[in-house]
Amino acid sequence: MSPDRRTRTIKVDALARVEGEGAMLIRIAGGRVSEVQLRIYEPPRFFEAFLRGRGYTEAVDITSRICGICPIAYQMSAANAMEDACGVRVDGALHDLRRIIYCGEWIESHALHVYLLHAPDFLGYESAVQLARDHAAIVQRGLQLKKAGNGLMALLGGREVHPINVRVGGFYRVPTTSELRAAAEPLKWARDAALETVRWVSRFSFPDFEQDYEMVALRHPSEYPITEGRLVSTRGLDIAVREFADHVIEEHVPHSNALHAAIRGRGTYLVGPMARYALNFDRLSPLAREAAREAGLGPVCRNPFQSIVVRAVELVYACDEALRLIERYERPDRPALEVPPRAATGHGCTEAPRGILYHRYTIDASGTILDAKIVPPTSQNQKAIEEDLARFVQDRLDLPTDAMTWQCEQAIRNYDPCISCATHFLRLEVEQV
Amino acid sequence: MARAQRQKPRLAVWKFASCDGCQLTVLNLEDELLPLAGEVEIAHFLEASRATARGPYDLSLVEGSITTAHDAERIRQIRERSRFLVTIGACATAGGIQALRNFKDVKEFISIVYARPEYIATLDRSTPIADHVQVDFELRGCPIDRGQLLEVLTAFLHGRRPNIPAHSVCVECKRRGVVCVMVARGVPCLGPVTHAGCGALCPAHDRGCYGCFGPMETPNTASLSAWWRKLGVTDDGLVRAFRTFNANAPEFRKESERHEP
Repeated sequence: MSPDRRTRTIKVDALARVEGEGAMLIRIAGGRVSEVQLRIYEPPRFFEAFLRGRGYTEAVDITSRICGICPIAYQMSAANAMEDACGVRVDGALHDLRRIIYCGEWIESHALHVYLLHAPDFLGYESAVQLARDHAAIVQRGLQLKKAGNGLMALLGGREVHPINVRVGGFYRVPTTSELRAAAEPLKWARDAALETVRWVSRFSFPDFEQDYEMVALRHPSEYPITEGRLVSTRGLDIAVREFADHVIEEHVPHSNALHAAIRGRGTYLVGPMARYALNFDRLSPLAREAAREAGLGPVCRNPFQSIVVRAVELVYACDEALRLIERYERPDRPALEVPPRAATGHGCTEAPRGILYHRYTIDASGTILDAKIVPPTSQNQKAIEEDLARFVQDRLDLPTDAMTWQCEQAIRNYDPCISCATHFLRLEVEQV
Repeated sequence: MARAQRQKPRLAVWKFASCDGCQLTVLNLEDELLPLAGEVEIAHFLEASRATARGPYDLSLVEGSITTAHDAERIRQIRERSRFLVTIGACATAGGIQALRNFKDVKEFISIVYARPEYIATLDRSTPIADHVQVDFELRGCPIDRGQLLEVLTAFLHGRRPNIPAHSVCVECKRRGVVCVMVARGVPCLGPVTHAGCGALCPAHDRGCYGCFGPMETPNTASLSAWWRKLGVTDDGLVRAFRTFNANAPEFRKESERHEP
């Protein structure tokens, strides 16, 4: 190894093809990785502070503004938490509709990440627009797949970004049976396109890089987890959502405007598609399982660079599941259940495209929010990202800086990090000095 | 002598404090994105590309509000390098939901929120881009509407003003044939004072407008508040209704202040 490569700094001041503003800093001294920072400098927006004093029905619309890429995740976690506080359970056709719109968000978000944000790295392009100069049909397929997801969001939510139709207890308006059935045709095309996507990404070349993560995801008795379940891990965690804060601790580090999460007594863990997949392979639809097998994925994938394949498998699942639910849909009598407020604390956790998103609210008898806590997926993955980078770089100290920098960016993009989300949950308690 | 090949206009997309949803709207132009990329050079758009060019830019789209001293400086530099600068969305045009901090006693607010203030730099107010630099056009909405975004892009690329009506959501309801939720069902609705652009989405889904496009041109907010009172909405309810994603827009700010205890 040339001496200048034994001591150097790998640095990206503004990460591209991620949502939000972050930077990366890796220091190598004497042939050892001495420091790794995923720096989140996106300014905080203080949601948890200004939710205090708002009405319990307002959290759905307000928290969706944390993230324009996964607003449904915020709306569903908030609605679940409020319904939990008020002792109401939404099931039947309203539950199905929630799953369908959430499938729409998975399709939109995964297609965005697979085609526009991540694939260019594997093929050596700076962007999907560059990729399209050589492979226009492939990028078109990705855009149309994304459009199919957005179509579901718009049909059930009114629009793609910050949908307006979700409320505590259900929806403002539910579609007629024929309105929803009309969504099936584009989804059938999308399901085929998703299968093509799995084949396409499975042929990319992946660095040999397996990590022994503790993976955490929801687990439901019968469904591949989206809107509910228990929290389970690959190392035996099995808790109700309301116990989340007993097992997860958050710390504030100087280089990040987002809190780092860790499992009490064990440390780093991983959330997102790889965790969902590893813990719920048996809950995937037969078609999605078959696609995974064809792509050469086992029931557990530990190489974060292959998360793009897992995301593609989830694209197949989301299309398949939405189609199944659309087929059995009968318009419910009411668009929402009554959810009268009561003084209580409620917990909600759903599977955002990037992993579990936890909300907790304490409300008073009139429904006013007294306290709010939100833990987004990217702040839970920060430690895993930094640990990946440290190991990845340590094994590749010979790489020239340009190649090393690009591959490190790719390693960060493995997580589809949503920095806007992570930052906006800077939640801090008053420290008594 | 043959003229040099006509240079494509250079487009840049910038982010400040925001949720990313408005710049995502550019990528949500699924049918138009590749043709657009043929018409313009995407010179800076970090969410989409790691390749960046320093400028100057013909058109800069700016998402997000100014909440740090660093960002206040950054927007001045972007302005200097941009021929036209268009702000997109409620954060950039009004300060966004993060402008709710503007109504609080700052010290108290910070003491609630910060564990380690020394790690974080933030201003005590969230302000729209136009408070800092000259803005050529403001496109409203939380989020912006993609049809309107396309109109703005087309207009600037052809050197004309965008055709974005400044009337209220009420007009959109009438056009869409939506029965008035407030008159027919007594549902409080901000439509009469809210800028058009969404296509009357909320009333079409049986709910009142919540004002995510901000104030229309010369809104009569006081009159609407009086109607809301008749429907049983309290002062506190009025304050909260006017203080969401466009809380810092002058007309909504003033109206909310009128109902403060």
